[in-house]
Amino acid sequence: MKLKDFNPNQKPKYPPILPRTKHWPIVQLAKNRKAFVAEVAQESIERIISLTNKKSLKEELETTVYREKMRIKRNPWRVDPRDEKSFWENVQQRLIEVEALPDAESKGVHDKILGEIVSRYAEEIAGNFKPSSYRFARRVVTLGFARLLNAARFKGPWAVFRGNLDLDDKIHITGYPEHVRKLAQKGTVVMVPTHFSNLDSVLIGWVIQFLGLPPFIYGAGLNLFNTKIFAYFMNSLGAYKVDRRKKNLIYLETLKVYSKLAISRGCHSLFFPGGTRSRSGNIEKSLKLGLLSTTVESQRFLYQQAEKENATPQKIFIVPVVLNYNFVLEAPGLISDYLKAQGQERYYVESDEFTSSYKIFTFLLKFFTKGSDISVTIGKPIDILGNPVDEEGNSLDRNDQPINTRDYFVSEGKVTVDTQREEEYVRILGKRIVEEYHIHNRVFASHLVAFTAFELLRVRNVKLDLYTLLRLPEEDLVLDYDEFLKTFMKLRKKIFKLKKKGRIGTAHHLEGDIDKVIKHGLDNVGLYHATRPLIRRKDGKIAILDMNKLYYYHNRLNGYGLEKHVK
Amino acid sequence: MALKNTSNNPIGVIGAGSFGTAIANILAENNDVLLYSRKESVVETITKTRKNVGQDIHDRVTATHDLELIGNQCNVIFPIVPSANFREMMRSLAPFLRPYHVLIHGTKGLDINLPEGYKISARTPLTREHVKTMSEVITEESSVVRVGALAGPNLSKEMAAHQPAASVVASHFDEVIYTGQKLLKSDRFLIYGSNDLIGIELCGVLKNIIAVGAGMIAGLGLGENSRALLISRGMVEMIYIGKALGGNVNAFLGLAGIGDLIATCSSPLSRNYTVGYRLAKGESMDAISGSLEETAEGINSIEVIKSLSAYYKIRVPITETLHNIIHGEMTVKEASTYFMKFPFRAEIDFL
Repeated sequence: MKLKDFNPNQKPKYPPILPRTKHWPIVQLAKNRKAFVAEVAQESIERIISLTNKKSLKEELETTVYREKMRIKRNPWRVDPRDEKSFWENVQQRLIEVEALPDAESKGVHDKILGEIVSRYAEEIAGNFKPSSYRFARRVVTLGFARLLNAARFKGPWAVFRGNLDLDDKIHITGYPEHVRKLAQKGTVVMVPTHFSNLDSVLIGWVIQFLGLPPFIYGAGLNLFNTKIFAYFMNSLGAYKVDRRKKNLIYLETLKVYSKLAISRGCHSLFFPGGTRSRSGNIEKSLKLGLLSTTVESQRFLYQQAEKENATPQKIFIVPVVLNYNFVLEAPGLISDYLKAQGQERYYVESDEFTSSYKIFTFLLKFFTKGSDISVTIGKPIDILGNPVDEEGNSLDRNDQPINTRDYFVSEGKVTVDTQREEEYVRILGKRIVEEYHIHNRVFASHLVAFTAFELLRVRNVKLDLYTLLRLPEEDLVLDYDEFLKTFMKLRKKIFKLKKKGRIGTAHHLEGDIDKVIKHGLDNVGLYHATRPLIRRKDGKIAILDMNKLYYYHNRLNGYGLEKHVK
Repeated sequence: MALKNTSNNPIGVIGAGSFGTAIANILAENNDVLLYSRKESVVETITKTRKNVGQDIHDRVTATHDLELIGNQCNVIFPIVPSANFREMMRSLAPFLRPYHVLIHGTKGLDINLPEGYKISARTPLTREHVKTMSEVITEESSVVRVGALAGPNLSKEMAAHQPAASVVASHFDEVIYTGQKLLKSDRFLIYGSNDLIGIELCGVLKNIIAVGAGMIAGLGLGENSRALLISRGMVEMIYIGKALGGNVNAFLGLAGIGDLIATCSSPLSRNYTVGYRLAKGESMDAISGSLEETAEGINSIEVIKSLSAYYKIRVPITETLHNIIHGEMTVKEASTYFMKFPFRAEIDFL
């Protein structure tokens, strides 16, 4: 299982780029937390009032109350504050009482209620970063990760307590880490990773500190805060909370303002632009543009500010990050959510597998001691319109000529505010990030065996729709090894061709003897599920044991047009 | 930089063909205009005689042969050059373009960009990847993002004669639409806006194909019934292709779609119509293209759409028939008989 695909002598070490904690923007932010939250609330209120100009604010408040009460009833979480119910009931009561008042007076009450809601949201979203506990958490996470990895390496539980802190070849960091380190000293970095597993948040937190970058503020799903241990680490690592259940305008605007103000202040930032974890196992095809829009807005704001103060503007660099696993713990739940939600629009409760600290612990232990490759690809930094950025921080056009990013916001020689224009820019940026995801995706043998098997079944049963295909009887779920091998080889060739064109990446273990590669893939695909999706039987044939999971791991290679080569 | 970006900047027009010249004249009613021609002789003629392609040139139009000047002086540029030269023009212009530039093009054709050594065949068909609209060429070749397209029933000769007309400026950016409206609008030129950039661009491209067919019908001496038949079936074909290539149905029902289609299919002033007419009169394609002063975009578009239809697996009977005629595989007469036998199914099935 252990294929040497990494030069063990080449162990990059990344010293911290900003050793003095007090210079970290996030520390500044944490110091003035109260003032910052108040500022977020103030700007959010202004924005919501201008947004609800055409409709009435009253309507917006009523919708919000209704939705919040529904959420409390239908989908409560442990992390929710206790006074939640009474708060919203009180708001509802006051909204009813206000009906009796004349317009001029009721407006004042509406504004006041809005202020209360926004402040509550802003307080909830804001992180609780403490430099001291960051240092502690960082040590724990580093040591923990490294030791767990070592334990796996020496195949003995005692290795956990040995002092050797080398990185195994289990987490591969590839791509442009040095480039990102340089840019983090020249401007503000916004990392946007793909999202497959709850583990992503921890993993990426570790990667950031491993690369010697100062802590990032990052948007983590509120559900992760349900668990105390997670909550502690998340807070310490600079997380702010994103609650995907709250989809009302007031909440979303407050969240965006929080992100915008933090980025404008130079806080390196991270969020998952796909929103939730990929349910289908696909790489994100379209992104949630809400938080992403705060990067464009901040950049424009920074240019405006620099103009006013006659200063050099800070630049924002977007770094797409692709995480690849052989195994996603939540895969069975995610794919069944996906299949259920397909076709029918319905309210569905976000499932949460990480309900107890014990579960997480056993998962992590399993994950690291049994060991399975994880790859983290740090993409090439781009600017807020998706142009590549060189190590000096200059945006470059197709002919490598420098572009002044400010020009994107210029009309008639001045930086102007045009929200429709910026919406369009966000759309362009979103598309570019998706492209980068596909380019930086690294194909594992496990992805390719799943893809090959599923596509072979699909062409065999070309008349069946997806749902019928997923319910094929057991006797149809067997493939001849030779047939499998032939298709696998062909697809691998196509993938290497794509790689040559720079459209995809591959893990080192994908090269070499084809039987070994297939074996590696079969050994690793969905490694720890109760039923493995795909195995090689004693008689040499390939058998599919779980179609849903196979479909999930197969989806990872969607979007490259590979399926048309399977016949 | 701040100095040269004031609102008094001249407006650029690239391409001094009949449509480019007509647009330059309209723009000149409210602004200074820099009109670029790649031929020095044209620049000279305009400067000396104040006349070009049969149109008088407005006093505020200055002809130039300098692309750098256009890029540096103008914030808003209207590129109106044949599709076959568009990419090359963009490559020369790109070094002088910045993200603050607004480009609104008026070219009604498609660009084909094949990788080196790529041969179109059944195994390697022409795909959407190789075919670009002009707005896509602009964003591919330069750092400009604020791109728009101008399309509508605008026969250059009628515009030059100061007759009333209307047109559509399409862009994803409201800013570009406003800019186009502000600059072009007058009491005899009405400008609508649309957000469906690709849709509007495709309207302009596809109507030229149908216009070639309309010219043939006239050349054969067939009557209004036949022409109406062609226009309405042509419309359906345009929508099929348009949808496959990424446009919306709505664009086709508007001024740039049905509006422009009627104008180009009814008027001998249209170049594409003329080509069809002369083909029906028995001239060969080579002879016709040799004698045309300006490009008939329809001919190129017929080739592109014919190849693309194979890739998208859509039926394009009109385009295909025109293709066969141009390549001498069918006479115009045969085509007409063939058409009357063509098994169309439901008349309208895209709404």
